[in-house]
Amino acid sequence: MERSFRSEVERLRLGRGETFRGEGILAVAKALLQSGVSYVTGYQGAPVSHLLDVFADAREILDELGVHFETAANEAGAAAMLGASINYPLRGAAAWKSVVGTNVAADALSNLASAGVKGGALVIVGEDYGEGASIIQERTHAFAMKSQIWLLDPRPSLSRIVDLVEAGFELSEASNTPVMLELRIRACHVHGSFTAKDNRVPQFSRRRVLEQPAFDYSRICLPPSVYAQEKHKVEVRGPAAIRFIRERRLNEVFPGEVAEIGIILQGGLYNGVIRALQSLDLADAFGGSRIPLYVLNVTYPLIADEVLRFCKGKRAVLVVEEGQPAFIEDALNSALRRADAGATVVGKDVLPACGEYTGEVMLGGLAKFLDLAVADGIDLGRVREAMERIGAPRRRAAELLREPLPARPPGFCIGCPERPLFAAIKLASRESGPVHIAADIGCHTFSTLPPFNLGNSVLGYGLGLASAAAVGPNLASRTISIMGDGGFWHNGLATGVANAVFNHDDGILIIVQNGYTSATGTQNIPSSGRNALGVVSHMTIAKALQGLGVAWVRKVGSYRVAEMACTLGEAMHTGYSGLKVIVADGECMLERSRRERPLAAQKAARGERVVRTRFGVDPDVCTGDHSCMRLSGCPSLTLRGNPDPLRPDPVAAVDDGCVGCGLCGELAHAAALCPSFFRAEIVRNPGLRDRWIDRGRRALIAMLGG
Amino acid sequence: MNAETPAQSRPPRPLCILIAALGGEGGGVLADYLVDAASAQGFPVQSTSIPGVSQRTGATTYYVEIYPRSRDELGGREPVLSLIPGPGNVDVLMASELVEAGRAMRAGFVSPQRTTLVASTHRIYAIEEKIRPGDGRFRDEEVRQAARQLARRALLLDLSELAARSGAVINTVLFGAAAASGALGLSREACEDAIRRAGKSVEASLRGFAAGWAAAAAGDAATGSAPEAAPGAPGKAAPPEAPALAPALARRCEAEFPEEMQPVLRLALARLVDYLDEAYAASYLDRLRGLLEAERVSCALAARAAPGLAVWMAYEDIQRVAALKSRASRIERVRGEVGARPGEPVRIFDYFRPGIAELADVLPPRLFARIEAYAGARKPGGGWCIQASSASGQILLRALAWAGRWRRSSARFASENALIERWLAALRRHAGSDRELAFELAGCARLVKGYSDTRTRAHGHLAQVLEIAEAPSPGAGAGERVRALRETWLAQADGEPGGGGTSASGRGPASTKVQTVVFIPKPKPAAGGKAASG
Repeated sequence: MERSFRSEVERLRLGRGETFRGEGILAVAKALLQSGVSYVTGYQGAPVSHLLDVFADAREILDELGVHFETAANEAGAAAMLGASINYPLRGAAAWKSVVGTNVAADALSNLASAGVKGGALVIVGEDYGEGASIIQERTHAFAMKSQIWLLDPRPSLSRIVDLVEAGFELSEASNTPVMLELRIRACHVHGSFTAKDNRVPQFSRRRVLEQPAFDYSRICLPPSVYAQEKHKVEVRGPAAIRFIRERRLNEVFPGEVAEIGIILQGGLYNGVIRALQSLDLADAFGGSRIPLYVLNVTYPLIADEVLRFCKGKRAVLVVEEGQPAFIEDALNSALRRADAGATVVGKDVLPACGEYTGEVMLGGLAKFLDLAVADGIDLGRVREAMERIGAPRRRAAELLREPLPARPPGFCIGCPERPLFAAIKLASRESGPVHIAADIGCHTFSTLPPFNLGNSVLGYGLGLASAAAVGPNLASRTISIMGDGGFWHNGLATGVANAVFNHDDGILIIVQNGYTSATGTQNIPSSGRNALGVVSHMTIAKALQGLGVAWVRKVGSYRVAEMACTLGEAMHTGYSGLKVIVADGECMLERSRRERPLAAQKAARGERVVRTRFGVDPDVCTGDHSCMRLSGCPSLTLRGNPDPLRPDPVAAVDDGCVGCGLCGELAHAAALCPSFFRAEIVRNPGLRDRWIDRGRRALIAMLGG
Repeated sequence: MNAETPAQSRPPRPLCILIAALGGEGGGVLADYLVDAASAQGFPVQSTSIPGVSQRTGATTYYVEIYPRSRDELGGREPVLSLIPGPGNVDVLMASELVEAGRAMRAGFVSPQRTTLVASTHRIYAIEEKIRPGDGRFRDEEVRQAARQLARRALLLDLSELAARSGAVINTVLFGAAAASGALGLSREACEDAIRRAGKSVEASLRGFAAGWAAAAAGDAATGSAPEAAPGAPGKAAPPEAPALAPALARRCEAEFPEEMQPVLRLALARLVDYLDEAYAASYLDRLRGLLEAERVSCALAARAAPGLAVWMAYEDIQRVAALKSRASRIERVRGEVGARPGEPVRIFDYFRPGIAELADVLPPRLFARIEAYAGARKPGGGWCIQASSASGQILLRALAWAGRWRRSSARFASENALIERWLAALRRHAGSDRELAFELAGCARLVKGYSDTRTRAHGHLAQVLEIAEAPSPGAGAGERVRALRETWLAQADGEPGGGGTSASGRGPASTKVQTVVFIPKPKPAAGGKAASG
């Protein structure tokens, strides 16, 4: 990690009465310290990475409080670490990206929830749900229900989030059950403020250690304990949780004068619902709503008598619940049916079954609900008028902008070492024909997008190689699997490499070694050389491969396109029938430039000689066929109107963003593309020798003529 | 009925600001500035974003809401601010790029009642615009017009240019322009203080802010009425002054060709004289004259064929590339492009990769044919990296350029000119009988471009349309077929071998169908053994 979180760390020190300003996920970090946690762990992933980043930089504070912090190998490891709370009165928290992280953690979570906890255990899940999400769209809610883990979904105001973190630990201890706090991506990144409290020194910690280990067979998942645990969940822990949630009023009811209808909503959607009500003149700027609201800050379990009380005397209630299946709506229907209560439940019939509930979606659903409910005191004419007014700009824009706008998917950064790798694969497959490529999770998943369009399947983080195991034997040509170094340590080492060696897999594995888990914000992994706290690790992928018995390993610099294509060809054709591993080695350019750019700037400012490299295109040599774009896709390689009036198509051009990574030159050579590229080296603060040579050269060129 | 509604004594609504940017442009920093400036004035404020993978060059949005009353006035009441922009509910849309402004309009975020739109007019081309062999650029004039019609007020400025000139990141310029519009409700001092408090590249950021502010303040009056840059041709330079021509050529040009063709012809002739000699340039006029005579009634066909023919006749062989790369003017152009300051030496390295095919550029046809037969298909040679700015590099390049005077006897000259003649013959044949076909065929000169494999494929494409034209009776609709093929080839992004399934021979458009191509036999003992073991 080259990015520093020093100013964020300082905010973790704020004391009682001081105002904390910052991101939602950092407010959670502060709330953990206010709750007296003994340990914190997690696995990085947007949108929770910053929580781990800030703890990694907060060594001093953690030492003072005695909090143990470490990043886990994966989410399963993080969930397993919560096992410390099973036997001991230790509060602990783990954070990861959901739903994918929860999938990985599922085994440990089931065991944790079954055994039950003594110390409060909190899982913070960052939900990446919606149109722009880069993971599969499923609900964490299902995990909470099947393992009986209480699920918090706080209103997205910083003070409410912080309150619920603190209450979450108490709930966990009161019901001996782990608790999940679900934060949507915008809530993690929301910038707001809350009034801080003092950090709490944990009862037991690294600094005040427990005297001795505890043994309790009832915590072990063997008979008869397993069944007893299940019974305990139903008979003791469940009722205890419901009591706590009710008594502490974790859910909120906001009354309104149009009492014959109501809205039941997930806490996280509160601000969106209020905005929709405001748009229809049904709520004021401070959340005062004319329609009563029941806000579920705890979405599992549903507290039946609270729900019944809210629905009493109402003709219809709207359930605002994001994602599918509609667990809350179903539970509500069931609760009303059992009690023989009459309110009509409207939910997924007016709101979409899946997808993010954006402002527009919410508004549309609310308007439809009001139209159906025909409540006294709601002027439907005005609602329709407002909807008409709000929808007009989009309709007008569709008339004015007839052609579809070009899509702008994410892609590799300028100078990214992964771009040349996929250019090499594209070149190699010119010779060899199409190849099955098992893609993986990481920045390298962008290879599936234009201009590369490489990658036939994605099965999960670190599972690239495993996902090709049954493809290879059934396909005429060898398969290529991709794995990032992040994926290698997360899962791929055992699931992929060890198993492929064990089963004599004949495939090719490319390990993209850029030094960090780059897609999640460049966190350190074992082969980065240092752990999250900066302690040296001495672990390398090469040593790991050797230890696993991989006999065919080639390490190629990522930017060496021709060599990479050649090595791929060799792997394709070799007579060796075991696993062939190519380590594509090149440091993440984001990290490298964060480290090197300031140094170069300082050197230049001191008057020292600095050579800057940039690429360019000669517009009169470029014929405007854009084959370079189809092999590179670099954001700084772009188009420019053709300066030649005789040629109609735009030429290639390199813009000022170029970092001089060298790919353009490598491609010009490796692909025999075209000779229009050039590399320029600009010497800042030239020495005497530089200037003398330069003068000589210029004189010669002048002599040779224009 | 209940008359007490919140509409009475209604408190002001929050100011909703949507920032549409691209990853890496500092949209998040801009949101932070807004939060800080608003907080400093005591306003409740909230911002949120969707970064994640969109940091990596994709489209990304940041959303800020400011409640325009200070906390002191609110007496402990907390406004509820939304985390998601609502259509028709945005007061200020700040877009760092034109198509991103269009995207926000498409989503309904720009309304005539509320929205002040501050957008940069420059384009960052998306990958799908860049990878097409023709011109895949989005026609952005539509976005400008829509902006003027849809927004309450539209400020359209080239913020990228301002950022480059002030040495700042575009986000600060955008901030300055939006602040100057007055729509943010924040004073200039409050904004500048926020930049100072952020404490990073303060000087440059303040310069950027000032540049944006000044441009917006000055451009405000002009927006909407002032004509902007020519649509559809971003960055296209105005045609240069017609260069001086040899008197004989100039006389022929004026005497034999209509007035409207003169500018193109003068450029073409100058290029061909530079490329080879006056006789070669004269042969260009002969060829065009052939078209004029075949056409008789007008000069439309000759005019359409003229630019493409000139470009084709000055095809880029290795001698031509060496000539273009060794010019003194080129070295000066590169210096400017890479931003070298006066006195800073710039070394320029060029990439060549001469293979067997490139020998055709210099060797006579029969000799080349024998070598090609001996060496087989393209054997990739090693790459050459020549330093054009060095003495040895200059001498080498100039020697190669000088050898261009003998290119008439090269194999490449023979093959290119044979194809040119075939094309011209087809044009002449149909000039009188099927004008549509001739006209579409004339436009196909645009297909002939690229180097090595790309050019081989381009020749393949041209041969394919020529086959249509050379049929004994091409029939009705032949012109339409030629046009459709040409547009497909110019638009398809996956025409590259290895990019979607075209065979390297360049025969036929790319097929995107999944094919099972067995190129790499697995080194397994025997097929039977595999089946048995399976």
